[in-house]
Amino acid sequence: MKTRVLIVDDEEEFVNALSKRLRIRDYDVTTSLSGEEALEKMKHYLFDVVILDVAMPGMSGIETLREIKKIKPLTEVIMLTGHATVESAIEGMKLGAFDYLLKPCETDDLIAKINLAYNRKAEHEERIREAKVRQILASPRTVLEDE
Amino acid sequence: MSRQWETIGELGLQFFGKISASISHEIKNTLAIMNENAGLLEDYCQLADKSKPVDPGRLKEVASSIRNQIRRTDGIVTNLNRFAHSTDQWMMGVDVGDFLRFMCQLTGRLAFIRGVRLKPEPLSASVKIQTNLFFLEHLFWLCLDFAISMAGEGRTIRLTADALQTGVRIILRGLEGLAGSPKTNFPGRHGKTLLRVLEGELEINEAAGELVLILPKEVSQ
Repeated sequence: MKTRVLIVDDEEEFVNALSKRLRIRDYDVTTSLSGEEALEKMKHYLFDVVILDVAMPGMSGIETLREIKKIKPLTEVIMLTGHATVESAIEGMKLGAFDYLLKPCETDDLIAKINLAYNRKAEHEERIREAKVRQILASPRTVLEDE
Repeated sequence: MSRQWETIGELGLQFFGKISASISHEIKNTLAIMNENAGLLEDYCQLADKSKPVDPGRLKEVASSIRNQIRRTDGIVTNLNRFAHSTDQWMMGVDVGDFLRFMCQLTGRLAFIRGVRLKPEPLSASVKIQTNLFFLEHLFWLCLDFAISMAGEGRTIRLTADALQTGVRIILRGLEGLAGSPKTNFPGRHGKTLLRVLEGELEINEAAGELVLILPKEVSQ
């Protein structure tokens, strides 16, 4: 299955170019031009990795990250920032972002971070599945209780 | 008096830093777009090398985006250069209409990031004053910063000016949040110092949602 990536940035031409480049590399890409639009899409679709601009009008990158972590805690977020907002990106990492990159970024760096973020999410989901299986094996009744 | 100049100098540097940081951030954005487009051209070349034909329309689209961003960056750098020259002379002639357009371009991103748009309106007649340009830019930014907070997200602040016999009246309209807003310390101690130096006055019209800055035709040296 392709890695599902959501790009969130208010710079439309940036979003267009980056999304084309990621699609060429076989990622399943969706785009949003604001934090609000991104959260709406996250309620309806599943994403593995979100690439999130820190400085956006309306809902900022940090506010968007907080909401993403509330509704989809396992989705990994990579913050994108110009140098003026590096502190915000670091704050984002404290709030659970996977990593951050400075604009303009090297494609190879971005791809490497997307893949690492995807792997971390997959491992995390696998550990949750294993824990659930162990729980069921230890106490099969819990399956009935859950239902 | 020397304490007054120290305050103006220190906070003036902070203002200069704030504007420079905003401009450099904006340049980073345009560079990022050009970088992705250059990368996209490389991707298309690689596809072509693998005998996958590339639609020339796609190449034109990338070239057009790069050209847009070069034009945008040129505008940003031109504004930065003009801003940097604000301190060249102690007193200079300022065309108020041109000044308002320039300030909208210079601080537009700072407003935009707070969800507010700045719109300079054409003046009915040309208005010129003699003043200290850098202090005026700083004082006007304090006014804009306050106006942006009062306008609220999704709003547009309209900027205009009228000639007075004694100088000029610059008006910031669309400050819907002025009525009923809690008391602020605007213009603050620093704003008051700049007003004194520029021999200006501020009027806040809550009912009309307007902030008015009155400046003399010429600041006494």
